[in-house]
Amino acid sequence: MNIQLRFFASVREALGTAQEGVDLPEHVRTVGEVREFLRQRGDVWAEVLAEGRALRMACNQQMANPGTLVSEGCEVAFFPPVTGG
Amino acid sequence: MPIRIQTEDFDLSAEVSRLRASQPQVGAVVAFVGTVRDMNEGTIVAGMELEHYPGMTEKSLEVIVGQARARWDIVDALVIHRVGPLKPLDQIVLVAVTSKHRGEAFAACEFIMDYLKTQAPFWKKEQTPEGARWVDARVTDDQALARWGVSPARPGPGNTEASLPGEEA
Repeated sequence: MNIQLRFFASVREALGTAQEGVDLPEHVRTVGEVREFLRQRGDVWAEVLAEGRALRMACNQQMANPGTLVSEGCEVAFFPPVTGG
Repeated sequence: MPIRIQTEDFDLSAEVSRLRASQPQVGAVVAFVGTVRDMNEGTIVAGMELEHYPGMTEKSLEVIVGQARARWDIVDALVIHRVGPLKPLDQIVLVAVTSKHRGEAFAACEFIMDYLKTQAPFWKKEQTPEGARWVDARVTDDQALARWGVSPARPGPGNTEASLPGEEA
């Protein structure tokens, strides 16, 4: 399955990328599993996407849970807690 | 329910006039304006950059205003949020609500702001004498949202990240 990844604010800066397309292995089906899959890249990916790290996730531009299912062509975003207003 | 994300400044008086134009049933207008302070957590702030998530920002604000409409009998609501470079004294955000009577407008305006602070994808990066830094989310913002019976999104393992009401969990 191919999905689009988006990164914002401190997460974008730490990873050095704002957006990329990625091919997921068959066993990766949820937003939480995408996070885990990306952690396996190691280095800064393991650090920034670590469990317990304050991180928000969205799928198709709606706030997502780790259990939210991903689908072909969807947009999955990772970002820090928001600080607008 | 107009929602605007823009780099330009806004004029409170002109925006409120437009919001209540041709709405003779309106008896109350409540407007909140958020502005840039020159100090945060004991450090001088020379300026800031506001980043957002185009598309999701607008969608989340529409959900937030929709929630306010479902809870209170309001006539209309307006949200303007600026992005890009800002400096102390600049206006950042405007939330204006019109209703027949003041109670609904006061409550809905505060609710929209509390919700926006924890759910709308905006991020502030401040310029300080020690360099640029991303602003950390405040626990008090989560507490403010909790007053309305809404549990904010929380990080961590086993995370059941709160979604906006009306969304699938």
